[in-house]
Amino acid sequence: MNFPILSSLILLPSIGALFLFFNKSEKKNNFTGKYVALFTSAVNFFLSIYLWILFDPTTSEFQFVEERIWIKDLINYKVGVDGISILFILLTTFITPLCILSVNNSIKERLSEFLIAVLIMESFMIGVFCSLDLVIFYLFFEAGLIPMFLIIGIWGGARRVYSAFKFFLYTLLGSVLMLVAIITIYWLNGTTDVVELYNSGIGIKYQNLLWLAFFSSFAVKTPMWPVHTWLPDAHVEAPTAGSVLLAAILLKMAGYGFIRFSLGLFPTASEIFTPLIYTLSVIAIIFTSFIALMQEDMKKLIAYSSVAHMGYVTLGIFTIQQQGIEGSIIQMISHGLVSAALFLCVGVVYDRMHSRLIDTYGGIVSIIPKYSILFMLFTLAALGLPGTSGFVGEFLILMGAFKDNFLVAVIASLGVIIGAAYMLWLYKRVVFGKLINTDLKQMFDLNRSELFILSCLAVPTLFFGFYPDPLINTIEVSISDLIDQYNFKLASKT
Amino acid sequence: MENLQLVLPEIFLSLSIMFLLILGVFKKNSSRLVQSLSLAVLIITAVITFNETIGINETKLFNNSIIIDYLSSLMKIITLLAAFLVLIISSNYLKTFQIFKIEYPILILSSVLGMMVMINSNDLIVFYMGLELQSLALYVLATFNRDQIKSSEAGLKYFVLSALSSGLLLYGCSLIYGFTGSTNFNVIADQLNSNEYALTFGIVFILVGLAFKISAVPFHMWAPDVYEGSPTSVTLFFTMVPKIAALTVFIRFLYVPFLNLIDQWQMILIFLSIASMLFGAIAAIGQTNLKRLVAYSSIGHVGYALAGVAAGTNDGIQSSVIYINIYILMNLGLFSCLLMLKRDNNYYEKIDDLSGLSKNHPMLALSLLIILFSLAGIPPLAGFFAKFYVFKAVIEQSMYFLAIVGLLSTVVAAFYYLRLIKIMYFDEQKEKYDTDHGFWLKFSLTASTLLILIYFIFPSQLIEVVSRINII
Repeated sequence: MNFPILSSLILLPSIGALFLFFNKSEKKNNFTGKYVALFTSAVNFFLSIYLWILFDPTTSEFQFVEERIWIKDLINYKVGVDGISILFILLTTFITPLCILSVNNSIKERLSEFLIAVLIMESFMIGVFCSLDLVIFYLFFEAGLIPMFLIIGIWGGARRVYSAFKFFLYTLLGSVLMLVAIITIYWLNGTTDVVELYNSGIGIKYQNLLWLAFFSSFAVKTPMWPVHTWLPDAHVEAPTAGSVLLAAILLKMAGYGFIRFSLGLFPTASEIFTPLIYTLSVIAIIFTSFIALMQEDMKKLIAYSSVAHMGYVTLGIFTIQQQGIEGSIIQMISHGLVSAALFLCVGVVYDRMHSRLIDTYGGIVSIIPKYSILFMLFTLAALGLPGTSGFVGEFLILMGAFKDNFLVAVIASLGVIIGAAYMLWLYKRVVFGKLINTDLKQMFDLNRSELFILSCLAVPTLFFGFYPDPLINTIEVSISDLIDQYNFKLASKT
Repeated sequence: MENLQLVLPEIFLSLSIMFLLILGVFKKNSSRLVQSLSLAVLIITAVITFNETIGINETKLFNNSIIIDYLSSLMKIITLLAAFLVLIISSNYLKTFQIFKIEYPILILSSVLGMMVMINSNDLIVFYMGLELQSLALYVLATFNRDQIKSSEAGLKYFVLSALSSGLLLYGCSLIYGFTGSTNFNVIADQLNSNEYALTFGIVFILVGLAFKISAVPFHMWAPDVYEGSPTSVTLFFTMVPKIAALTVFIRFLYVPFLNLIDQWQMILIFLSIASMLFGAIAAIGQTNLKRLVAYSSIGHVGYALAGVAAGTNDGIQSSVIYINIYILMNLGLFSCLLMLKRDNNYYEKIDDLSGLSKNHPMLALSLLIILFSLAGIPPLAGFFAKFYVFKAVIEQSMYFLAIVGLLSTVVAAFYYLRLIKIMYFDEQKEKYDTDHGFWLKFSLTASTLLILIYFIFPSQLIEVVSRINII
């Protein structure tokens, strides 16, 4: 493979953004800008599909590896994918064009700047998922803060400033310790190359502290209880497309980081801290589900449900069982699709009624039936109904958890019930019931682009619910190898 | 005699200063001419420095009182270039306040000469001479807008406090001379063994004086007032150029004579560094004046640069030289933006004056956004790499506490940088500012922004430049 496909994936959106930046002189002509952005991100999507086709799922080696000298004698630019990361790249390239399509109604001013921010964000996120060097990873991981801060702050709702600051400072605070850890790893091993570090292992003496430093960053980003409070604020104030990016992709960076770095680099420490993760995950699942039950704001409810879903993900990852980790990845992909769709659903009614409060709605099933059907589908997917991708993920995670720790698995399973409760109750209050608010009668059903976007998300949600094989085939070998490595390192105490 | 060519830059600069003074006195209305000639002098001096001294091995002249090596040549060139840029972008500002006089460029040249002597010094007396020459020129520069009471106040304050610190510094020098019998750095290094504790007193006094010059906490009190009161173009000079020389002296003074006493001074330096980083970050939060805010932010940045010096290795020194370079670049961009906030012959320097800048002046706001994120140390901008190198050097010496405090204070500092961005991007717009800025102002803003933005593509170049610095 001579064609640098991964670098192209990273660079292409940025080039699109650059083009938009210089195209700005044509005022009021936002359509060209939008098509440019759409075109770039669509090309990127097809490129990533091509990547998936070329991808060889029978090996756990990193593929499409590119390595260049970047800072001499210090850091090499190294990217590559394996079964774990490729799905996240696909998710990113799939969600971004939909995000760009969805800005029709929600973003009124400074559209081209918004699109630039989204495209740059895409670049950074793809970079996170395919970097094979800790410093490069950190670079992309942190750089994503800038566009997201602007997306929330410029195009957000009433309390946008507070939310943007909270988002930025929380994540930055979590991440700086990771930087210390990365430099320490460089000092200990003389390299930050992930592949070399996998082979050489990291001294047992330092693992616990390093693990905690990485954890501080990932826990904030995941977000895990009790550092999850930035997420509801950020979600509520961000514009729809921003919430979609945040929920669908940004949150997955941390889950990915846990698998790639916490498990891969620090097996001994992961083993020690598993009870901590279990505790926090279970609290997240139960506690935030109850909080979600009480929310009056639709977006906030979905945001809290995201925290609960990510609780399953962290739980699944640290079971260190084949099913658990597979389930976590599928849960992340599924959550990426479903939460994106739910935020878009909220965005649809918000664009029409300019209210996110559940009380505003009720009985809209007869007015906007198409919307209600799709909303129903995603609600069911969010609560993990069999036949949707949400089920596959949750089921596998719980299966892994039962193998590892019975009590935790039981409590987590109970969380599924509360999850069903708040999602169904939300759906009931919004869609069914009596039509009290007469303003709702003026609402019109989904227009073509909204229908297209939501269908695009519905198809994979159902498809992977019935037939998750393509996903599992892709990740299977990489994960079993990861677990073998993990157990081997644990046994040999490195 | 053949060694004279090594100090040719200094000789040329001194002669030029005298010539320009005479020219200015005898030729009426020659401020424009003197300005142009001064710019030429700075460039020519930089070229001479580059040609004559950059390639040579360490050489000591005049009874070992002056040292010419790669570090000094590099720092001199950076000083000259920085002074050139300051001078060239400040002319519009000076014209607005009708203080575009011949003294301005000549004073800048004199203080640059003082800095060059400081950078060259291998002897306490030479070092003190250079320090006083640059300080005296700076006092006058601070009061340059003499009709404004704030400017006079700034100059007076600077003068009194600086004189105090010079006194302490001189006292430290005399202690060291008393215990070692010499003012020469190398001789001092040989005489260390006898009076370790007595010498520590001398080091402390000199460090106090130096910390004052570089405005490190707890000797920073003058900085916010002086930065606020001085004309903006002079503030720009203050935040950039003297810091280069002071940092070089810091490195030279600690590493040449007192390397063996590293246990004594390392703690002091770590304290200065941590205090500056934390205080700079926290105190800046409450500021409403942009220049005061920049003052606190520069205090914080000095803390990071000192962290590299505290590491006690060549890596540490190199990282702090990189830091100061990138810091200068960011500061240049920041002040170019400040100098563009002009409406009807009036410069605006309150934080609220940035309100809604992104709608009226999108490009200016975007540049400032990039510069501010870089100052906050967010990747992939240049400011991140500056911090990365420093903390890499620090962690290699297992100084985790310093690294963690430093990184946590970046989070605090991020808050006030974000606040500026918030005001520019999230708040309502105000009246527009003038857009007819001079070519050089636009150039310095564009160039610094672009360099900050694309630094991550060519990070090796700067490292290669500084990697030849070898003090230990």
